[in-house]
Order: sequence, then structure tokens, then C-alpha cells
Amino acid sequence: MSTFYVIAFLSIVFSLLVIFAKNPVHSVLYLILTFFTFTIHYILLNAQFLAVVNFIVYMGAIMVLFLFVMMLLNLNKDTEPGKHYLVKIAGVVAGGCLLVTIVASVKALGKSQPIILENTNLGLVKNLGKVLFGEFLLPFEVSSVLLLSAMLGAVLLAKKEPKTA
Amino acid sequence: MENITHTIQTVPLNHYILLSAIIFAIGVTGVLIRRNAIVIFMSVELMLNAVNLLLTAFSAYRGDASGQVFVFFVMALAAAEVAVGLAIIVMIYRNTNSIDINVLNRLKW
Repeated sequence: MSTFYVIAFLSIVFSLLVIFAKNPVHSVLYLILTFFTFTIHYILLNAQFLAVVNFIVYMGAIMVLFLFVMMLLNLNKDTEPGKHYLVKIAGVVAGGCLLVTIVASVKALGKSQPIILENTNLGLVKNLGKVLFGEFLLPFEVSSVLLLSAMLGAVLLAKKEPKTA
Repeated sequence: MENITHTIQTVPLNHYILLSAIIFAIGVTGVLIRRNAIVIFMSVELMLNAVNLLLTAFSAYRGDASGQVFVFFVMALAAAEVAVGLAIIVMIYRNTNSIDINVLNRLKW
């Protein structure tokens, strides 16, 4: 029980550090830590396939992509000017209002049942694969088209520059 | 396996909803207050991950594997979004030498 609360506290702290860190590279590093706590959450929920995929895709691929772009653009010298405090305060107030609304609506639901795993092999690859390739076969194929179009779009965006210049 | 099952049986579903709501609100705040386009992207990733966690918690609560399959689709979507978005950001940086959101007002009508 206490494991969940410790990890939840850590994920909140790290995600706060993501948006309040001055240096964008530090933001990326804190985001990696946040995703690591999410992986631990998935393991606690016994979703082992999602834990592994989260670890590989987010912490491996996407974060490396972010860091690579950040190093490519060399943004360390022009940090954000911290002038517009009014805009920042307005943003924090707006996010806080959203949070208060959601929390109040959850509170209005009353007490909830604890999570009980009836089927302990729910999140295993064998079980998920059966659902994914049976019931969700069409969305799976459509998502492959989505990834293909994203790849084509990225290549086109990268190739267009020398022609116009 | 028995240990993990024992651990989550004492966590109410409401606490997962509250955790996801907090992370989602942090992501929204990040989009609103930061001016660096890449950090805004990372805040969007935070929001997507909050939803992923909630879907997984609901999936475990209901004993239904569909929620975890949805998380898989959300991850595919996030990967596509990051690939195209970062390409666009690199192009914008090449053209304007900046990724400050306040400079990127060429799309306004």
C-alpha cells in the first residue's frame, strides 16, 4: 500500500520539476524520471507488457529523440526570459482551477472500492495479444497506417529545406 | 506475483483517479506557462501518460484487457505525434532561429 503512495508522490514531484525547471535539458531528464515512476505504477498494477513497452518506447526512443533535437538546436544559450509573471500566474491559476474541478467531482462520487485483481495474468503478453489481434485487429492495422504516414511526413518535412533554400 | 496482488488490493480506485488528475493538471499548466515549444511538447506527453495510467487502473479494476490495448494505441499515437512535431519544430527553428512560442505568431489571421 505504502509503495503506491511513495511512487505517486515521486511522480507528482518529478512532473512538477518538468514544468518548472529553467533549463530545457533538465526538463527532459526529469521527464525520464517521471516516466520511470509510471513504469513502476504499471508493474504495481500487474500490467507487465505495458511496463516493458513504456520503458522501451518512452524512456528509450522518445526521450532520446527529445534530447537529440534539443542538442541539435543548441538552445542552452537562449533560455526563456522570465518576465511575463502575469501570464505564468494566470496559467497556474487556470491549471489549479481544472484540478480543483476534477478533484471535487471525484469527491462527489464518494468512496470507491479498492482494486482487486481477479485475473492475475490480465496484463501479460499472451492475454493482451489475443485481445489485440482478435477484437482490435482493425484499429491495430489503422494505427500502422498512422505510423507510416507520420514517418512519411517527418521525412518530407526534413527533405524540403534544401530545395527552397 | 502474490506480493504485487496484495499490494494493490489496498489502494482504492479513487486514489488512481486523483493521481491522474493531478498529473493531467500539471501538464495543462505546463502548456500554459512555458514558452519553449519542446517543453510544451513534453507537457503534452505528461497529459497522455496520465490518461494511460488511468486507463490501466480501470482495466485492472474491471478485469478487462481492452483498457490496456487502448494504452498501446495511445503510445503509438504519441510516437507519431512526437516524430512529426519535432520535425516541424526543427523546420521552424531553421527558418526563424527560435522556438519561442511568442515569436511564432505567423499562423495568426
